[in-house]
Amino acid sequence: MNLLALPRAALIASAVLGVAPFVVPSWVLFILTLALAKFLAVLGVALFLRAGMVTFGHALFYAVGAYTVGFSAKWFGFREALVLVPLGALTGLIAAALVGLIMARYRGVFFAMLNLAFSMILYAALLKLYWVTGGTDGLGAGTPTFLGALLPRDIFRIAYYYFALVIAGVIIYGVYRFLVSPLGYFLKALGDNEIRIEYSGESVRRVVYTTYVLSGALGGVAGVLVAFTVGHIVPEYSFWIQSGDFVFIALLGGFESVPGPLIGAIAFEFIRTYASKYWPEGWQILLGGIMLLIILYRPGGLWAIYESVAARFSGRARGEAGA
Amino acid sequence: MRLLTIIIFDGLNYAATLFLISVGLTLVYGVLRILNISHGGIYALGAYMATWLALWFLGVGLPAYLSYFMLLAGAVIIGLVTGPIIERLFLRRIYGSDQHIQLLLTFSILLILDDSLKLIWGMQPMFVSEPYTLLGQFSVAGIAYSWYHFLLIGVSVVFGGGLVWLTRGTRFGKLVVSVINDREVSLAIGINVNRIYTLAFTLGALAAAIGGAFIAPTISVAPGFALEVVVLSFAVIAIGGMGSLEGAALGAVIVGLSRALAIHLVPELELVVIYLIMVLVLALRPAGILGEEELRRI
Repeated sequence: MNLLALPRAALIASAVLGVAPFVVPSWVLFILTLALAKFLAVLGVALFLRAGMVTFGHALFYAVGAYTVGFSAKWFGFREALVLVPLGALTGLIAAALVGLIMARYRGVFFAMLNLAFSMILYAALLKLYWVTGGTDGLGAGTPTFLGALLPRDIFRIAYYYFALVIAGVIIYGVYRFLVSPLGYFLKALGDNEIRIEYSGESVRRVVYTTYVLSGALGGVAGVLVAFTVGHIVPEYSFWIQSGDFVFIALLGGFESVPGPLIGAIAFEFIRTYASKYWPEGWQILLGGIMLLIILYRPGGLWAIYESVAARFSGRARGEAGA
Repeated sequence: MRLLTIIIFDGLNYAATLFLISVGLTLVYGVLRILNISHGGIYALGAYMATWLALWFLGVGLPAYLSYFMLLAGAVIIGLVTGPIIERLFLRRIYGSDQHIQLLLTFSILLILDDSLKLIWGMQPMFVSEPYTLLGQFSVAGIAYSWYHFLLIGVSVVFGGGLVWLTRGTRFGKLVVSVINDREVSLAIGINVNRIYTLAFTLGALAAAIGGAFIAPTISVAPGFALEVVVLSFAVIAIGGMGSLEGAALGAVIVGLSRALAIHLVPELELVVIYLIMVLVLALRPAGILGEEELRRI
């Protein structure tokens, strides 16, 4: 089972990610920070994919988180990372709690498309209300402070990376606990058979709604972290392409596991960096092509590939025949 | 009174456009039970191909009236090429899969089509105005309308009527209905189900491309409008009832008229009104106005 493999993989991953700032060049550190941040939003999308539901609109909450930073910086000059991350989680959560009231009723194509519609409404609003949101110019995020202190640039980059890493670690733990809770198992069962969940006395709508609110909070945190990493907040944060990226990352890494989306997010940011250098026109062709290959041939994504390789090695070490 | 006339006129114009973009989507959903997100990509390809062909045709100095046939030719080429390729190569492999897999697959195809457009025709918007201006104008309640809008309404009525005839009045239609109702029994009585699927999907692709081709002269064809079309046409068929041709027509008229109402009375709501109606209709009748309730599996 994927979940049991978590502790060892978690140790390796945190060791690798922990020493990264002292080993890799600064542009890689930037990519890793971005990947850690987006991973959180992807985690929310992956939760639904586990339940057999796909959302093309979770960029909505990501944008809500990012604009929380933007407005806070614009109106109050307030850039305290330790406050804005929970605040982003809260605004994302509130947005999801509202939209979720409608969304929890729908499954399948309706769930996917209504999410898309809502995120596009926000996108249009962000574009049109330019006197508030800055329109296509967007808003600046500026450099965040930690407990009121503005760190020098070089130290800040590393400190912010660790900040993102710690938040990701806390959230991974939280989501993991959610997945092994009764609600998490019901969520998994949702894709198999909804009516039987109700036979066992759980309200399907409650399962979906709780997951939706949780995924909204995750999106909000991701938005805050990315806003400070990139420093610039634009309506594209809510655009369908952004939501598509989240779905793509979840598929690429493998949405059945918690670490899958993280691997996917890191791989995605590297693919994008190299693609924008060597073949910028074909970016979406590349995405679509990889997605087709994964869906048709490797539905478990990169994590499943890693697992099958790891299983083969550990099987060999114990002298067993490769299962 | 004057305002009402204008609203009805604008609404019907817009409804014709909406019907053209959404009829293919509902057709494919009705037969294959797949929401084909790549629909928007085929639509955009049709629009580009038709515009490009018409521009080329006018560029060599051939009679402008024939540009309508070039629009049609462009659409037919795209529909007949993309339809069978997408169905045979990709969709055929996921008919039994979960809905989210089907959505993701067609979404991947949309991404690929959307970028292919930019690779083939570049980032510059394209515009062919001759088919639009050629027919001249007339005025209703003091506002000038192009006759081309009448042509659009005509095309959508003829096209919709043709599809209804095809599915109700022909042997092919009876086979399709049989396949929709029971795939296995259809196989057992000797219907080539795979062929029906390919034909139905190609018909849907053709509808998307024709929609794109005839709407192209009224807008300027630019990259990135593929997905908008998917969202809009989904709203239309969700309101009317997914898989129903009459539902698409009804949805198009409802959305068209209410958008026209919004534009003339509360312009701020222009974009939101479509989704408001969709949410309202789905809250009251989850399967859409003319849709049939699907039973939950146990």
